[in-house]
Amino acid sequence: MQSEIDMSQYIDIGTLEDIPQRGARVVRTPEGEIAVFRTADDQIFAIDEWLPGKAGPLSNGIQHGTCVTDPMRNWVFDLRSGVAQGADDGHLRVWDLYLQDGRIFLTSEVLGAARVTS
Amino acid sequence: MKKNLIIIGAGMASGRALEEVLDQDGDSWNVTLFNAEPCGNYNRLMLSPVLSGEKTYEEIITHSADWYETQGVNCRFGEKVAEIDKVAKTVTSETGDVLSYDKLVIATGSNPFIIPLPGHDLDGVIAYRDLEDTERMIALGSKPDAKAVVIGGGLLGLEAAAGLKARGVDVTVVHIMGHLMERQLDEAAGYLLRKALTDRGIKVMCSANSKEIVGDDGQLRALLLDDGTELPCDLLVMAVGIRPNVALAQDAGLAVGKGIHVDDQMITSDAHILSLGECVEHDGAVFGLVAPLYEQAKVLAKTLIGEPATFVQKEVSTKLKVTGCDLFSVGDFADGEGREDIVFRDPARGVYKRLVIEGNKLVGAVFYGDTSDSNWFFGLIKDGEDISEMRETLMFGPSFQGGDPLDPMAAVAALPDDAEICGCNGISKSNVVAAIQAGAHTLDAVKATSKAASSCGGCSGLVEQLLSVTLGDDFAMPEKETVCKCTDLSHDEVRKLIVAGKMKSMPQAMQEMNWSTPDGCHVCRPALNYYLVCAWPGEYADDGKSRFINERVHANIQKDGTYSVVPRMLGGITTPNELRAIADAADKFNVPTVKVTGGQRIDLLGIKKEDLPAIWYDLGQAGMMSGQAYAKGLRTVKTCVGTDHCRFGTQDSTGLGIKLEERMWGAWSPHKFKLAVTGCPRNCAEATCKDLGIVCVDSGYQILVGGAAGLDLLEAQLLAQVATENEALEYSCAFYQLYREGAQYLHRPYKWINKVGLDWVKDQIVENPLNRKALADRFHYSQQFFQVDPWAERAIKGKDAHEFKPLADLTDLPVAAE
Ligand code: SRM
Ligand SMILES: Cc1cc2nc3c(=O)[nH]c(=O)nc-3n(C[C@H](O)[C@H](O)[C@H](O)COP(=O)(O)OP(=O)(O)OC[C@H]3O[C@@H](n4cnc5c(N)ncnc54)[C@H](O)[C@@H]3O)c2cc1C
Ligand code: SF4
Ligand code: FES
Repeated sequence: MQSEIDMSQYIDIGTLEDIPQRGARVVRTPEGEIAVFRTADDQIFAIDEWLPGKAGPLSNGIQHGTCVTDPMRNWVFDLRSGVAQGADDGHLRVWDLYLQDGRIFLTSEVLGAARVTS
Repeated sequence: MKKNLIIIGAGMASGRALEEVLDQDGDSWNVTLFNAEPCGNYNRLMLSPVLSGEKTYEEIITHSADWYETQGVNCRFGEKVAEIDKVAKTVTSETGDVLSYDKLVIATGSNPFIIPLPGHDLDGVIAYRDLEDTERMIALGSKPDAKAVVIGGGLLGLEAAAGLKARGVDVTVVHIMGHLMERQLDEAAGYLLRKALTDRGIKVMCSANSKEIVGDDGQLRALLLDDGTELPCDLLVMAVGIRPNVALAQDAGLAVGKGIHVDDQMITSDAHILSLGECVEHDGAVFGLVAPLYEQAKVLAKTLIGEPATFVQKEVSTKLKVTGCDLFSVGDFADGEGREDIVFRDPARGVYKRLVIEGNKLVGAVFYGDTSDSNWFFGLIKDGEDISEMRETLMFGPSFQGGDPLDPMAAVAALPDDAEICGCNGISKSNVVAAIQAGAHTLDAVKATSKAASSCGGCSGLVEQLLSVTLGDDFAMPEKETVCKCTDLSHDEVRKLIVAGKMKSMPQAMQEMNWSTPDGCHVCRPALNYYLVCAWPGEYADDGKSRFINERVHANIQKDGTYSVVPRMLGGITTPNELRAIADAADKFNVPTVKVTGGQRIDLLGIKKEDLPAIWYDLGQAGMMSGQAYAKGLRTVKTCVGTDHCRFGTQDSTGLGIKLEERMWGAWSPHKFKLAVTGCPRNCAEATCKDLGIVCVDSGYQILVGGAAGLDLLEAQLLAQVATENEALEYSCAFYQLYREGAQYLHRPYKWINKVGLDWVKDQIVENPLNRKALADRFHYSQQFFQVDPWAERAIKGKDAHEFKPLADLTDLPVAAE
């Protein structure tokens, strides 16, 4: 439940309106680039932008349902799990985030070692 | 002694709670009921039928004056409570009366949200919440030529619009999102709803942003949109959402979030004050439909009486109360991992049904057009029933034993009789059906007797489907290659159906052609988008989200995620100024590689995505535009120096190349399209391996088509030899258009020519001057919409700005002290 979220563990990265439906935007973090997706029905997901040597930059792919097709080799990833679909073998890190009053909050785990301690 | 119960708000929630309390424990309470509205409890849901004239106000009164009197309720209607003192346990009314309570119930409902646009306080701007608003709308109906605008394409907005229309008012709905009722419906159902409303004369504008409400002397005149459109109106209804009415509670110092906080017993942060209805927040949720409010009413009554009860949130379903628009939505219909969709579409009846299944359970449903079994499905969701046993037949509802399977023939069956099946020969559906009924029971027989499918053959699939629809099992459909797993149709069939069925948007196309997925996949979406772009220039709104990244950001993606930028150089000609601008841009943006391409122009490689608009701006200042080196569309026109300089040149090959590129740049096609014009048969510009190559000779111009030098190496074949430059231009444009209109997505011209035959192409272009001219005219017509430099749009007008900027940069966040 949203009321149980500890706000100090999340970072406000912008509004839902900043990302068009079926679009994606990149967030630069100490843990690398992360792509934040908004689906046609306004769900949001954050997953790594790159699977080095295999796929990326995923924010540039074509979205359908809760999947995205990678622009380089047409691999299809499920945005919820980060797992490549079909015969392809790959797994992207998925980051926790949530939406509140139109704003998007991303887990501060993306700050990695530089993580703000409070 | 009786205890004092004061209730603030005589709405639907408190009305139900009051019934329960009086019923179960009436003797213990002395009830005082305040209401800001000058009347008691009426059925707010039924304001819409009152508005449309299907009911009268009297019919929707829940509690009459008599009822209140018999029950001994002290009514203070038309009188607001101004203040609560929770320490003294009193309320103060706006007239100054102070009354003390033992228990207080706050049921103040919600306030309609008014967008603070300039002019929102003009006379004539209203919300849709109560009887007064409804009466304003009804009154408008008696004014001749009255116009109204409704902002908001949700449940309330659409009911207001339908009601106004029923009163004879000219109504426009302005909705900010891409489709109607986006919180309850997916795109496909949204499309069908929009179609139904449009059919009854309501204008609907989606993705429309309101900018300002304009008026004269404080009186509303029009709504202004941010694209400059002005919508004149006498009444403007804002139906964009509600906000819990928490002001009283907040001032009294009660715990308030989005709504007044209540626990499972409907008690607020003060033990003597309870609350229910749209004004409360329970476990993070607020409410906007009555079903859960009635549950709250039961619990609140029990709590007052002192019996245990717990409020539990349940799924709620939505129905639109517009006669003739049957829609139903419940639960969660978002796509997701482990979720599966079952989609059923019946284009002929305008039916769309979608079930969302997770594991063994049904978790969501959207129905349009046929909602007869919706309650049964709602029950399955609410009760979390295991549906694995009936999965195969679930879609057909409770009474199913042996329903119809998904029908791949439905799209063809739904076409009107006069829909054109064979474009080459102008044969309509009724002609083909007549031929079949007259005894032509094979494709060849239909070809022979009706001429359909006897030319390019592109319509053979549709003719076969008509054979199957007309003859049933007597006709065996041949196997065919479908576009992708989302459809049973082939590319040719899809192309033809889009035109014959006048499909002008992606959701419409997917509905009418019976797509088996809600929004397609990366294979069909780009193809459909192209077919729609080609069929309806100026009408279809290109869907960037269905394009490959290169076409979306107008640059070529590189393996490291940077981009390359190739400015257009018409016919391979450049100038010192252009070269200087390219050099300056390369310096300014630290371009790592500058390369001369195989297409006679210059490539700047390794540019960061964020820098794209800025580098385009600089190149644009020097007069250059995108070379579209990424496009499934016109690429380059290579030329040689020709008569200008070469001793062998026979014609102005450079000049003709430039003219061709001037006419053709910006065009989209099934695949890339490359040209070359060479000044003599020595062929320095390599015209003989192009999609369209022109070899200049003494007597004129040889036009060659269907060459390639990529994965396949193919020599272009002679289409025609013409005498004048103007003819060369007309033939070229006609050929390009024929290819654009006929080929399957991702087929280069040679593949398409292999299918339709060079003779047929010659027939269309060389043998038939009228047709040639018509093709060229259609090409020029559509070019007026596509010759917009995509770079300028993005560098100067800021189109798609979101594509080029990261959402956030967290790499240099200040780190808190350890
Ligand atoms: C830049 C250029 C190479 C160069 O450095 O010269 C080039 C670069 C690419 N070519 Fe090419 N082609 C280039 C001229 C050619 C030519 C020569 C020509 O046009 O005269 C050919 C052979 C002629 C032909 O097309 O028949 C050519 C045949 C291909 C093919 C194979 C096409 C086919 O139908 O078999 C592909 C793959 C595809 O399109 O699917 C391709 C695809 C590509 C792509 C777009 C690959 C991609 O999808 O990422 C390359 C983009 C690279 C990048 O980093 O930006 N490129 N490519 C040339 C750009 C010309 C221009 O000014 O626009
Ligand atoms: C046109 C329309 C159509 C609808 N259709 C549907 C539908 O199809 N299905 C569905 O489930 N729901 C529908 N709803 C929503 C439904 O009507 C509401 O959820 C429900 O009425 C809310 O009940 P409530 O008691 O919380 O608030 P209300 O019914 O709004 O009652 C609150 C009352 O409190 C009064 N009040 C506020 N402040 C004070 C004060 N300080 N002092 C005294 N009185 C005060 C107000 O005047 C109001 O009369 C519709 C709503 C509208 C407007
Ligand atoms: S193709 Fe002929 S005219 Fe053109 S440059 Fe070569 S030799 Fe000269
Ligand atoms: S469209 Fe029927 S033969 Fe060409």
